[in-house]
Formats: sequence, C-alpha cells, structure tokens
Amino acid sequence: MASRIDNMYQFHQAALNLRAARQELIASNIANADTPNYKAKDIDFQAALQGAMASGGNRLQLSATSGGHLDNGSDPHLYGTEVLYRTVVQPSADGNTVDMDVERAQFADNALRYEASVKFISEKTKDVLLALQG
Amino acid sequence: MSLFNIFNISGSGMTAQAQRLNVVASNLANAESTTGPDGKPYRAKQVIFQTTTFEGQPGQGVRVSSVAEDNSPMKMVYDPKHPMADSKGYVTLPNVNPVDEMVNMISASRSYQNNVDVMNTSKSLLLKTLTIGQ
Repeated sequence: MASRIDNMYQFHQAALNLRAARQELIASNIANADTPNYKAKDIDFQAALQGAMASGGNRLQLSATSGGHLDNGSDPHLYGTEVLYRTVVQPSADGNTVDMDVERAQFADNALRYEASVKFISEKTKDVLLALQG
Repeated sequence: MSLFNIFNISGSGMTAQAQRLNVVASNLANAESTTGPDGKPYRAKQVIFQTTTFEGQPGQGVRVSSVAEDNSPMKMVYDPKHPMADSKGYVTLPNVNPVDEMVNMISASRSYQNNVDVMNTSKSLLLKTLTIGQ
C-alpha cells in the first residue's frame, strides 16, 4: 500500500521539483538582466519531465567524500536535464540575451503551474484521507 | 530546495542594483564638485556587473565586480571669476552626464523591482507548498 501511495505522488513530485528548478533558472535570468555577456537559460520542461519519469522519478546522488571522487554530473533538482540557452530575439550590444518580457511571462507561467501541482498533490492527499476515514 | 535558492539569487540582484543606485546618487551629488580629497575634480563612476555562482545550485546570482571610473574628457567651462579657474580662465568640472545618470537610475530601479517581485512570488509559492496535505 505504501508503494501505491508513493507511485501516486511520484509524477507530481518530479513535476514540482522541476518547476522549482526552472523557477530558479528564470530568477537568475532576471537577476542578471544587466550583466554583460550573460546568456539567458532555460530547460525543455517536457523533455525534462519525461526523462525524470523514465529514470523512476528519483535519481540518487553519489556522495563525493574525497577530492578524487568523480562527479556523476547530475543536478539533483534537474534530474540530469540539459540546461539550454534561449534563442535571441533582440540582441543587445553588451552580449546579454535576457529579454525581460519573456522572462517575466515565463516566471509567472511557471509559478502558476507550480501552484497547480501543489493543488493536485493536496487534492490527492484529501482523496487518500477520505478513503481511509470512510 | 530550489525555491530557497531564489532568495540568494534575487537577494544578490537587489544588492547589486542598490550598489548601482548608490553610484548614480554619488555621481549626481558630485556633478559640480571641482575638488575631491586628492585635489582633482570628481570623475563619474560606473559599476561592473558579473555573474556569481552559489555552491551546489544551477542558478547564478549577480555581483558588482568593480567600480570603474569614467575616462571620458572632463567638462571645461570658461569662468575666470571661479576660484578653481586655471591660468586661461577655464574651470574643470566633473564628466558627469545627468541625462545618462537619470537613465541609469530608472534602469536600476526597474531591475530592483523585478527582483523584489521574483522574491515575493517565490515566497508565496513556498507558503503554498507548506499547505500541502492540509
């Protein structure tokens, strides 16, 4: 039963983690709006979520306890998703590719979808409680 | 937790923009300063932004790497009655361009506001996350 409940939450857990990681990337784009040569970054959410579900939703990190240990290269929040650069619409003279309209829109969109995932999880929890209490 | 990292990123953005605003204030206040502590007229200053990484997180913050002096020529004004006038009657005034500074000020203020908005959104998302299961 515990694993059934676990499976039920797995998709939304991965989605929530990826949304939070993407929110962080967009926040750093907004913070670096005036930094010369900064390139705006984002992830392909659909591919990232598919990758996360294919890898079982959770990728365990190897702990590096010595300087000689190799890093397995995956970010725990991004599930090893590749971080991509945005296509430039209006290039600026200082090499910065942050377009504030795009970033603000994507930030708001991502925040709303994060809230939706939170809502889904809450509703699922209510369903489980209802089933338990009868 | 990615959403907590956003506080670091937006916080660094706010600090950097506040420093930029500080430099603008200094430039505008000293637009007519014919002598500084070294006896020379004031030179306009500019902040230089640089991305900065926080350990173990994909998003990048921003910091002021240095405050550079503007090397453009100083303003020469003919005013023989001025106590700082040279032998030909010219006074060397700072190379501060008030129009440039005002534009810089508005840009810094908008970027600061963007970072504040990002922080507020992240805070409300975190609070919503805490209500899961209630």
